[in-house]
Amino acid sequence: MNLKISALEYVEEVKNGNLSAEDFVSETIDRIKNVDEKLHAFLQVNSKAIEQASQIDKKIKSGDKVGSCFGMPISIKDNICIKHSKTTCASKMLEKFVAPYDATVISRLKEQDAVFVGKANMDEFAMGLTTEFSAYGPSRNPWNTDYVPGGSSGGSAVSVSAFECVASLGSDTGGSVRNPASFCSTVGYKPTYGLISRFGLISYANSIEQIGPVTRTVKDTAFLLNIISGLDSHDNTTIDNTGQDYLADIDSGIEGKKIGIIQEMAGEGTDPEVRSATNDAVSKLEGLGATCEDASIDMVKYSVAAYYTITATEAGSNLARYDNLRYGYDFPVEGFEFNSYISKARTKFGPEVIRRMILGGFVPSAGHAGKYFLKALKVKSKLTKEIHEAFKKYDYLVAPTVPVLPFKIGEKIDDPIALFLVDFNTVMSNLTGIPSISVPFTISKGLPIGIQLMANNNEDKSLLRSARALESTVKLPEVPI
Amino acid sequence: MTKIGLEIHCQLTKLESKLFCSCKANYRQYEPNTNVCPICMGLPGTLPRINQKAIEKATTIAMALNCSTPDHIAFFRKNYFYPDLPKNFQITQLNIYGETSIGGSGMIMVGDKKIRITRIQLEEDPGRLIYEGSSSKNQITLVDYNRAGTPLVEIVTEPDFENPKQVRDFLNILSDLLENLDVSDPGLEGAMRADANVSIEGGNKVEIKNIGSFHDLEKAVHFEITRQESLHSRAIPIAQETRHWDDKRKITISSRSKEEELDYRYFLEGDIPWVEISKDLQEKLKAEMPESISSKKERYISKYNIPEQVANVLSSDKFYSDLFDSSHTEKNAKEIANIITTDLMGLVDTTEKRNESKLEPTHLQDLADSIVSGKLTRTNAKNALYEIVKTGKNLSQIISELDLGNVSDENELIKIIDQVISEEPQAVEQAKSNPQTINFLVGKVMQKTKGKADPKLTLELLQKKIS
Ligand SMILES: [Zn+2]
Repeated sequence: MNLKISALEYVEEVKNGNLSAEDFVSETIDRIKNVDEKLHAFLQVNSKAIEQASQIDKKIKSGDKVGSCFGMPISIKDNICIKHSKTTCASKMLEKFVAPYDATVISRLKEQDAVFVGKANMDEFAMGLTTEFSAYGPSRNPWNTDYVPGGSSGGSAVSVSAFECVASLGSDTGGSVRNPASFCSTVGYKPTYGLISRFGLISYANSIEQIGPVTRTVKDTAFLLNIISGLDSHDNTTIDNTGQDYLADIDSGIEGKKIGIIQEMAGEGTDPEVRSATNDAVSKLEGLGATCEDASIDMVKYSVAAYYTITATEAGSNLARYDNLRYGYDFPVEGFEFNSYISKARTKFGPEVIRRMILGGFVPSAGHAGKYFLKALKVKSKLTKEIHEAFKKYDYLVAPTVPVLPFKIGEKIDDPIALFLVDFNTVMSNLTGIPSISVPFTISKGLPIGIQLMANNNEDKSLLRSARALESTVKLPEVPI
Repeated sequence: MTKIGLEIHCQLTKLESKLFCSCKANYRQYEPNTNVCPICMGLPGTLPRINQKAIEKATTIAMALNCSTPDHIAFFRKNYFYPDLPKNFQITQLNIYGETSIGGSGMIMVGDKKIRITRIQLEEDPGRLIYEGSSSKNQITLVDYNRAGTPLVEIVTEPDFENPKQVRDFLNILSDLLENLDVSDPGLEGAMRADANVSIEGGNKVEIKNIGSFHDLEKAVHFEITRQESLHSRAIPIAQETRHWDDKRKITISSRSKEEELDYRYFLEGDIPWVEISKDLQEKLKAEMPESISSKKERYISKYNIPEQVANVLSSDKFYSDLFDSSHTEKNAKEIANIITTDLMGLVDTTEKRNESKLEPTHLQDLADSIVSGKLTRTNAKNALYEIVKTGKNLSQIISELDLGNVSDENELIKIIDQVISEEPQAVEQAKSNPQTINFLVGKVMQKTKGKADPKLTLELLQKKIS
């Protein structure tokens, strides 16, 4: 059986009776058994997946109404809640947390008869960009298992790239979907802030993060977006997109569009391989009838600093609730005075989480907020203004998704500053709320390089069209695992 | 000069649900930790859902206190660790980045004294801590999250009070106002809490936290002024500090905790975008606002000629004024006002008694009519009212069951009068020469009828017989 098909192909095959959901899911589970010991994309595999798929087959056979996913096996990042299943955020703090409800994206996918094959590995509480900070061990890049798969949605990208599922949902706070998508040669998309409900996504930096699909093709992303996007009464920040069909006209191309190449994101720190891939991408875009020119977004140089200041502040607050009083791991409460209890109960956080929470306690504190947190907010608003100016001139902006090639596991884990810079090209979209997508573009020295396209707020449909156009110019080799 | 400022926390107990979820706002009847859901328990992945009704009620309070009301309000996170806080931060409001809380500056008159309101903010109540165990060694703390997320309005005043009496007068006016707006029941335990700051001439400002009721607030302020004056008279400096109110011993105690040094790291709550309170909505809320206490009072006096003191009592209590407004007619208004303010008040002086009362407006109309027409004496009307409140039966049934009706049948009365005249020849003679003494005979008739004889008719008949 061919597992190497896209989500849309899967739907066609099942619809036409050429494929049964049960067979496909069962083959997928076998594939996970075979390769995941090496890749570690999953923290948990759904033992009922095959049974659930067979139920959907029954519905199809009996002529009942079937949801548009037709039993499609999907992996879910382990910071998104699925009712009655463990949701750990790859942290020991939530080792035993079983979510009592479904995230909105989950209930919408359930309605469309998706099957969740498992919970995908990630950096603890989504803090990291290599998946090395998972408390349960790193995931590995299927293109070369000595290399990091990117992060924090590493498990999602690995599982899609290595055919352990058809598609995945990750979350993107500063590049956490796009970065691993780029490193693993999948599509990774961060929508306009508010387009996808965050209800059931465990917050890291809630004012800038979004759930995003990780897929094999741009069309698959549009397909998932049609299901999971839109207004949700459980999330006050969601946008009404009634009537939008992200698949419609997706092939209509980018002729006559204007594209700005962000100079600050392809400058000195950029790996030469990545820079030349970017130049190639620009030629391809021009070949499709777009006009490309150099663009400058001056505030980009402060964006990483602003990003870490804001995310640390919000993380410090969002993660404060993990005091183990109401849920968490087994730890007896009795016999402690409250403050000593708190410091004992919270020792299960990993080093990166602790680092960011310490930062989060400092940068917004009285006497320091003006120098750090408030300044970061200022950068955010100036950057947003600059971006909106740029989109008066351009339909899209383009840059490499990550300025460097994937690196080896362990290579940068002890150098937080070096790691922070890996985020350089992705955090801008989170700070400004704009949609952006990483499209697999080329393989260099056996390692994938992705190209990032960006559009103005709420121009998601147009952005997917441009990504589809770029994708159509590319032919990539198959993953070697 | 003594300066006192207040921070009043008032639960919006009349709302159906909590501020950010659909659990009940009135949590009091639930077993611990049963009026909770993933949102108010702060479970991972949950987001607050804003209760629009809470925004509207809080805006109404701001309007009633003559506060400015901004077009857009924002919520902030106040970060600190405490076991009663499910998220270890509280969603509240703040004005440090412009006027973004539900009410800006306002004022209210307390007699001739103007009390300025600094701001009003809408926030979530934490859970409740219950301490058990006798000594500090075996003390345990239990947490009940039923209260967590209850909508709370914080009313902050300028330090405009000069003495405890002004504080008391303000609190009376405020609780009447909140009740009249139908937003809160100040009588419910824990519905009103307060902090106060007190400073006397030449002394530092002292904050008193944790005052559990309005009653104690006045006491706490009084205690604190006395304490500070006593220090001052002995030339001991008054330290700037935070003190706690000990409601068992009724004193303030210096807080050992470093609470005043806590840094709350306030920042905007990203999960709640700025909430618009449009001009249209504000107009609508203004139009729907219940008649104010002062306007009711004015109406009672000018329209029905009700004495000022009675009008005061009637208008300041929503329960009474609602009853009055739904039962009175032009004709019996004064009588009904009397019944409410003299007889009814003692029967329904607590929330529980009011909830249990079976009294309907029609009862009051019947009672007033019966008094005016002489069918019931005042004393018997009072007895009937007691029965009505208890049973809800209609007046005529009660009169016949308890045999309260006046004997106003002439023939029957004449028989009794004849009997009295034959038994009291001396008194009859006396009455003939001195008409004043006829009251003795009226009294005798009353005795025989157990107080049910119509006094006016009895007098008339007696006078006719004797002359
Ligand atoms: Zn609740």
